[in-house]
Parts: sequence; C-alpha cells; structure tokens
Amino acid sequence: MSGDGGRGVPGGRRTRDDRGDRGQYAVLARGLTKRYGGRPGAGEARGAAGEQGATGTGGGAVGSSGRRGGRRGKAVKYALDGFDLTVAHGTVHGLLGPNGAGKTTAVRILATLVRPDGGHAAVGGADVVREPALVRARIGLTGQYAAVDEMLTGRQNLEMFGRLFHLGARRAARRAAELLDQFGLVAAADKGAGQYSGGMRRRLDLAASMILAPSVLFLDEPTTGLDPRSRSEVWDSVRHLVAGGTTVLLTTQYLEEADKLASRITVIDQGRAIADDTPDGLKATVGGSHLEVVVSDAADLPAAVKAVARVADGEPETADAERRVRAAVTDRVGALADVARTLRDEGVAVDDVGLRRPSLDDVFLKLTGGRAPAAEGPGTEEAA
Amino acid sequence: MSDVLDVVTGGAPRSGQDPDAEPARGRAYWALADTLNIARRHLTHFRRQPVLIAWQLGFPIISVLLYGFVFGEAMKVPGGEGDYKDFLMPGMFVMTMAFGFMNTAMGVVTDAQKGVIDRFRSMPMAPSAVAAGRGVADLVVACAELTILALTAVAIGWRPDNGAGNALTAFALLLLLRFSLIWVGVWLGLVVPTPEAAGGLYAVAFPLTMISSVFVAPSLMPDWLAPVAAWNPVSSTGTAARDLFGNPGAGGASWVEQHAGLMAVVWPLVVTAVFLPLAVRRFQALSR
Repeated sequence: MSGDGGRGVPGGRRTRDDRGDRGQYAVLARGLTKRYGGRPGAGEARGAAGEQGATGTGGGAVGSSGRRGGRRGKAVKYALDGFDLTVAHGTVHGLLGPNGAGKTTAVRILATLVRPDGGHAAVGGADVVREPALVRARIGLTGQYAAVDEMLTGRQNLEMFGRLFHLGARRAARRAAELLDQFGLVAAADKGAGQYSGGMRRRLDLAASMILAPSVLFLDEPTTGLDPRSRSEVWDSVRHLVAGGTTVLLTTQYLEEADKLASRITVIDQGRAIADDTPDGLKATVGGSHLEVVVSDAADLPAAVKAVARVADGEPETADAERRVRAAVTDRVGALADVARTLRDEGVAVDDVGLRRPSLDDVFLKLTGGRAPAAEGPGTEEAA
Repeated sequence: MSDVLDVVTGGAPRSGQDPDAEPARGRAYWALADTLNIARRHLTHFRRQPVLIAWQLGFPIISVLLYGFVFGEAMKVPGGEGDYKDFLMPGMFVMTMAFGFMNTAMGVVTDAQKGVIDRFRSMPMAPSAVAAGRGVADLVVACAELTILALTAVAIGWRPDNGAGNALTAFALLLLLRFSLIWVGVWLGLVVPTPEAAGGLYAVAFPLTMISSVFVAPSLMPDWLAPVAAWNPVSSTGTAARDLFGNPGAGGASWVEQHAGLMAVVWPLVVTAVFLPLAVRRFQALSR
C-alpha cells in the first residue's frame, strides 16, 4: 500500500493538461446556494431576501441561517448559502464542519447529484450543471451516500462498476483484480460485500471510485463510524491515492483527520466557508497547541502553574478538581521540555504532561465566536 | 452482458496501440450496454441469494396449490360449467404479474436508500439504464415465474385448450401488464421513503388485485362492486387470458368484459403512459 500509486491505472484518463481557464483548479465553486423547503420556483426571490437578511432590514429575517422564505413564515432552509471553494490540483483538501454544516450538500452538488439553486461550480474544468457527463467521467465519489451493492461480491461490484464505466468486460475484470490487490481485498474478493467489516466496505467503496483513476476524488466522511484500525486503513489508502496524483476533497467532522491528510482546509458552517487555511494556519488562529500538566498531589499545583507560566503565551488555566494546569504555547517542544525539566528539578510528582492540539470544538468556538458546534442543521433557526 | 454485445458488435479485432482500447461507440450502444449490465446485476442477486429465487418462484406455486385445492371445490365458475381450477389458473398468472410491481418498488427503494442509485448517478453511464435495467431483469423474472406457474398448473390438470398461438398471445398480454407495472413500481420506489414503507404497499396491492376477476367473476359480486371489478385493469388481462387459453368463465355482460382483449392492451398502455413520465420525473427530481 505504499508509494507506487500511478501504476496499473488505465492510461489516458487523467485530464490534467487539457483544461481551459476553468481548469486552473481541480475544484472551483463560487457562491453555491442550495435551498430546501419553501415553495418550488421561489429560488430567484431568494437573492433579494438574502440582501435584506444581510442588512437586517428584512421583516422576517433572522440572520443567515433562518431567513424566512414564503409569506406564511414557512422557513426556507439553506443547506448552502454562498459557499466558495478552491481546490488546487494534486492536493488533499479538507472540508471541515459539524453535522449539518452543508458538507454533504456541497459534495453532492460537485458530484452532479444535486443541482445548485445559485452560484456555479466546475470540477476538472467542467461545469457541474451544464456538463455533468464530463464531470462524471473525471470524478470518483465515496462516502455516506454512495454505496456498493451488498449482495454482490467485492469482485462482482468492481467488475460491474468497471463495465458501467465503459471499460469493456475484459478491462473491467483486469481493473477489478488490480484494485482488489491494491486495496488489500484479495482474500475477501469473492465474499459478499454485505459480510465485509466497516473498514473493508469503505476500502471497496474507495476502490469502486478509483476504477477510472479519476482526477478528482470526493470522500464524504470516509471514516465516520469506523473503529480506529479501520480508520487508519482508510487513511493509508487515501495517502496512496494522493501519491498517485489524485486530487482529493475530503469532508470530515474530525480535525485530526483533516490534519493528518489535508494540505489545506476549508471550514464550513451554516452553508458558508468561514475559514480557508493550512492545518497549521488554522490551528494558529485557534491558538495553537496547549501544554497540559496533571500533578499527582494537589498541593503541587502552584508550583506547576509557575513552571507552565514561564513558557505559556498567556495566563495558565487551572482545574483544581482534576489537578490540571493548561496553557497555550507556541514553541511546543521547547515548552514541553522546559516544563518537564523544571518539574523534575523541583521534585513535583506528575501524573501526565503533554501537548494537546486544539480540537474541532476549539476551532469552532474560535471561528464562530463562541457558538458551540451546532448539532442542529444549518438553517434551523437559532434560539433568540 | 456487454461481452455479449462485444461479440455481437464484433469487438474482437481491434487496431491501434492499445489492443484493449474500447472503440468509439455511440450513445445508443452504451445506453443498451448499461441497461444490460444493470439487468445482469439484478439477476446476479438471484444467483447469489438462492433463497430469493425460492421465495419469488415458490410463492406462486404455493398460491396455485392453496387456492386450487383449498377453494377449488367451494367456488363457482360463472356459467356453471367447468372446473374452478381451470378458471383460477389464468387469474393466478395475472395476480403474480400484478404483484410484481411490489418487487420493483422494493428493489428501487432499497437501492435509493442505500445510495446505490446515487453511485450510478455519479458515474458517466446512461441515467436511463438504472430503471431500464431493472425493467429488463423484472421481465426476465416474470418469464421465469410464468413458466413455473404454467408447469405447476399443468401438473394439477390445467390445460390451455385453444392452441399454442393463442396461449402465447395470452402470455404476451400477461407480460405486457407486468411491463406497465414496472413503471408503477419504479415510481413508487422513488416516492416511498423506506423499504419498510414499501412493504406497507401490500395493503393497497391486495384489495386492488382481489377486487377483480382473479378469483371470482364480477357477475357474482354485489351490484355496486361488480363494475369496479370489471373495470379493474387486472380483470381485463385475466378475462382476455381465459379467453385465449380456452378456459371457462371468460364472459361477462358489460362492455369492458366484452372487449377484454382490446382492454388488455389498452390498460397497460394507459398505465405506462401515466407512470413512465411520472417515474422519469421523479428520477430527475432526485437532483433537486
């Protein structure tokens, strides 16, 4: 599963060189809007309502998330609300956001499964609305809503999809064998996909989206619901694909996953991109890493606070009940070494000392100004 | 199946650098190839899950035996002459065809819910093949069902007495009914939210087939119910089939019963004309 990605892939399918201006980016989305509910055909009226909402003059407007559509106060829900995205060729781009932020809608529009109500998008230089057939020939889709056939075996699945990708029976069979090998599914090749473990299912899913060696691969929450081992299997597969030159758009709820795989991350909330940065840049916005010390004896807390304060960016926080001291640090390794040395020199017994990376919660709290990651979907109205 | 097409279209001798490169082919070729590949997928399900075959083909046999022997002696054939079993068999054929839309609906809703349809829609294949392939597979299954039913019927004494040509016409009418109901099934499969909800459709399907000439002639029903049963599309196919098989009880006084042969063609065409566009619209609405 390492490094030789591009080999064994049907030739001539990669289209990196034959794109026009739109093809400057692997994925380009501008102002994508998708509305659910309300009256059909009211899409155009929405723009005006949007302006009103933004300037606070609309009668029923309650902010970007809960603008009211029809006169009767029936809430129109915006799964996407002016979403922008730019993904460079050959990169892994993370699309990070909580449940209901609009990640899946964005992917479904880019994969031509759903038409946007507004804005435009191009994948591999082809317009998703006007040239869906071109887009479909260039993409792979794996995730929550693109399944394999559970009644067929892994091999039958890949051969069927290969034939439906118009490889012809012989090439489809050969490609299926290659992919089964590449994704470590040879032993299970002739078992029903319904009997696969979660990780194997996801890998079969990935293999099915890789049949044409697409130039852009959409991975919609590829590891949601997987155990840690399966998760790292899937991550290995993704890294392998990227080594072969595929551009990957990865949606995830987990900062850790985006951090491990993506070179750039767009944070989405309530249907809009609220940040676009490298993982390090994003974490820097949030305040970088935290140093955390848990002392064995509560009496040692003041000494620990003193030690941490010397290297911390700000005032250390203490949690007395947990005997914990926590502070943001910039020079992560230096700070850790320094604090560990100080504590040892002073004879402070320590249960745990370590660096904590910011969690998705931290990123969200920071980027959304204190609002916790919304469990509710976008467009549900915030409590007044 | 596309390998079959390859043979048919002479895919073997290929020139050029890559010996396996697909020759350029038109949209019609791929629409057909995609349809056959989807059909092959559904038929592979039966091969992988023999229980499905047993259920799908076993149920009609059991029905024939149950209705034939349990009700057989107690039921009257309209006109008084003839064996109820001879009257019943064409009805059983029709009922099996009519219930077929449930299988179509169930398959479609399961694929929709699991995301298989979305996978197909994200691929550069002919979108029409998703439904058309299911239709082809359903018709193949319907042929198998009719064969097994007919063999069972012959085994318990039923005979088509009107010549092979008429018998084949009767089977063609039965398949025409099944064909029209494919589109009802596809539409329903895209309308209902879950396979469980689709299961509830039996509550609708059962009376719709019972209030017909399948088990009892409409002339033996109460006056208010008889016209409903007579005008049921299922009745027209049943009556026409009885007529063509030379089985008893084909008659009836009303216009629709007098013109059963015509209506056995008209009804399926009407059903198709209504539900095919509905199914297509519903499929397109998936992208809204």
